[in-house]
Amino acid sequence: MLKQEYTITVYTENQIGLLNRIAIIFSRRKINVESLNTSPSEVDSVHRFTIVINETEDVVRKLCRQIEKQVEVLKAYYNTNDEIIWQELALYKVPTDIIAEHVQVERLLREHGANAVVIRKDYTVFEVAGHREETDNLIKVLEPFGLIEFVRSARVAIIKASDGFHEKLKEFEYREPGEDAAENEYLNDNEKVFTM
Amino acid sequence: MDTLQINKDQVKPTTKTTTSISGSEAVLEAFLAEGVETIFGYPGGAIMPIYDALYDYNDRLKHILVRHEQGAIHAAQGYARASGEVGVVFATSGPGATNLVTGLADAMIDSTPVVCITGQVFAHLLGTDAFQETDVINITTPITKWNYQVTDATEIPAVLAKAFYIAKSGRPGPVLIDITKNAQMQKFDYAGYEKCNHIRSYRPKPIVRKSYVEEAAKLINEAEKPFVIFGQGVILGKAEKEFKKFIEKSGIPAAWTIMGMSALPTDHPLGVGMLGMHGNYGPNVLTNECDVLIAIGMRFDDRVTGRLDKYAKQAKIVHLDIDPAEIDKNVKAEVPVWGDCKETLPLLTELIEPKVYPAWLQHFKDFQQQEEDKVIKEELNPTGDILTMGEVLKELNALTNGDAIIVTDVGQHQMVACRYAKFNQTRSNVTSGGLGTMGFALPAAIGAAYGDPSRKTVAIIGDGGFQMTLQELGTIMQFKPDVKILILNNQFLGMVRQWQQLFHEKRYSFVDITSPDFVQVAKGFGIPGKSISKREDLQSSLKEMLDNKGSFLLEIMVGKENNVFPMVPQGRGVAEIVLSREEI
Repeated sequence: MLKQEYTITVYTENQIGLLNRIAIIFSRRKINVESLNTSPSEVDSVHRFTIVINETEDVVRKLCRQIEKQVEVLKAYYNTNDEIIWQELALYKVPTDIIAEHVQVERLLREHGANAVVIRKDYTVFEVAGHREETDNLIKVLEPFGLIEFVRSARVAIIKASDGFHEKLKEFEYREPGEDAAENEYLNDNEKVFTM
Repeated sequence: MDTLQINKDQVKPTTKTTTSISGSEAVLEAFLAEGVETIFGYPGGAIMPIYDALYDYNDRLKHILVRHEQGAIHAAQGYARASGEVGVVFATSGPGATNLVTGLADAMIDSTPVVCITGQVFAHLLGTDAFQETDVINITTPITKWNYQVTDATEIPAVLAKAFYIAKSGRPGPVLIDITKNAQMQKFDYAGYEKCNHIRSYRPKPIVRKSYVEEAAKLINEAEKPFVIFGQGVILGKAEKEFKKFIEKSGIPAAWTIMGMSALPTDHPLGVGMLGMHGNYGPNVLTNECDVLIAIGMRFDDRVTGRLDKYAKQAKIVHLDIDPAEIDKNVKAEVPVWGDCKETLPLLTELIEPKVYPAWLQHFKDFQQQEEDKVIKEELNPTGDILTMGEVLKELNALTNGDAIIVTDVGQHQMVACRYAKFNQTRSNVTSGGLGTMGFALPAAIGAAYGDPSRKTVAIIGDGGFQMTLQELGTIMQFKPDVKILILNNQFLGMVRQWQQLFHEKRYSFVDITSPDFVQVAKGFGIPGKSISKREDLQSSLKEMLDNKGSFLLEIMVGKENNVFPMVPQGRGVAEIVLSREEI
């Protein structure tokens, strides 16, 4: 099986120490985490992790089961890039005087969909939200003009096929859960043996 | 961030009357409510308020003062394994907590329900490198099923309820609760203890899908050479009866993993022996000849499977397990039957046709005969003068009649004990299977003796392993649990020596271990003992040990360079198991 980029979405309780519990599932297996984001989710009190790794599907599936095994994890999904809408946010700090002198920079920024967040006498900060190659491209463009600082956020992703977690959470709160709450439905997606 | 998730249905009704108690008292009240009888522990600065409270609970809770915290957790493991209840441990912060690490890792990999309470420095000192402060939560995260730090006493009842529920439900495992000293001392309004039976993010038991059971039954009914392999899941699920019914109706030969041992009486006609690196010949070879392999409550450890790409490739695999993460982890299952085997086995038994497989079973017997001729006969009835470990087990079986709890350490004696010990009832084999923790047996035997005082507990230990935790003789001296200590002394770190002999051109690198006079050591602890090396003393000495009122140490000198066979050499397939050194 081929390695490719997978985005893992994990719905969890909001508990101290859970980040570590999830992180060590990767580090124990010497798997590099390309990107990790924690945020609130569509459901109040439920936390959402977005993790990007480069692995084979077989490995990703096993990792998701290990993640779901953690007591405070409600659910873990994994998706390939074409199954999600995703963005990363990048910030670029450049010297204002150079930017002002070079008209083509402005055009380049337009082409890259950048916005100015701050404009000061000494520097300007641009932001770009987009895919990795888009934010990477702008670095290349700005470097000749004295890029002072660059930072990029972790990936955030929306699953195209997801109906959100509201309904699912209700199942989890029942003492007698529905089948869906009791099992990982991603298991049914790709494997013959789990398809009923 | 929220510090604790409490479900709405766990919030106590406001009409309840409250009393003011300390966090420490709340811990002990939780223990009483959970039916804890015995605590294994060691006091220290950061857990002193709990020990102070314990002073007043002395009539209701038995506390066994061990000699090292590792001893406490191994004892709790032995207690849990023999009794089926949760083992409970107290330790202080810093070194007290770090001394639990080996036991936690052991309990994690062997799915043993243990709840450890560690003291911690005052909350305001966290992160200041205070005296005896260590980050025990982060140290133990990979080796606990769940852990949590309490900094406020009001959390204690709900956290303890969660701890016990998580430790024993689903696939059991160790839980560690770290309680800061201020929380132990803090008084709060206590509204009583409510057991936890639901955590919304935690699904201990997958719902059984009937369709999987039906598919499994179909495979089994159509099989010509089916083979059952079972592990500790049968014991942990308390499903021994259901399991026996299943194999007796199906007529399928069944082999156990080291952890599954004693779930089925060892002399059961369908029991064909032990799997794994030093398991029996037939079960290993025929794993690669069966057409349907039914794995029940086991996790395809590498010591069971040998080389995975040569493991049961011809077979369709049915895997019954409570832990979804085990399905397809090492071996791909044709039909995964998720669930508690206490539920899934009766469903499966219902759907299978009663059958017998005389020719197939005979196949196992033929292999057994070869093993008898080439290995077992000489091991149990040696022609030489020097005693073998196997004949000690043979004599022990004759005296215990398979009713004792056998606790083993790790190494050659462990393999020999598990190969030859006779068991009539479940929860009789207590050993460190997954982690292979030398030093496990003595403290675990102390725990097992408390866990089931109705049975004799025999700790079989090597000369190396015994020296790792022999300080626990002090615990035996003080509290007098009845533990029979059987040291099989081959004057070597035998298993490592065996590998050095077989795979490292006999370069014996630091396996030549000298031992103290074990009988004198025991004597120092007020424990009677004896050392023998002659066959004519064997039976009478074992009898003397077993009949002695209270603990007894018997050292038996056995052959120095005896090897354990059969063996699946590392990196080979199970069918490449060898019966002797010459075959390697």
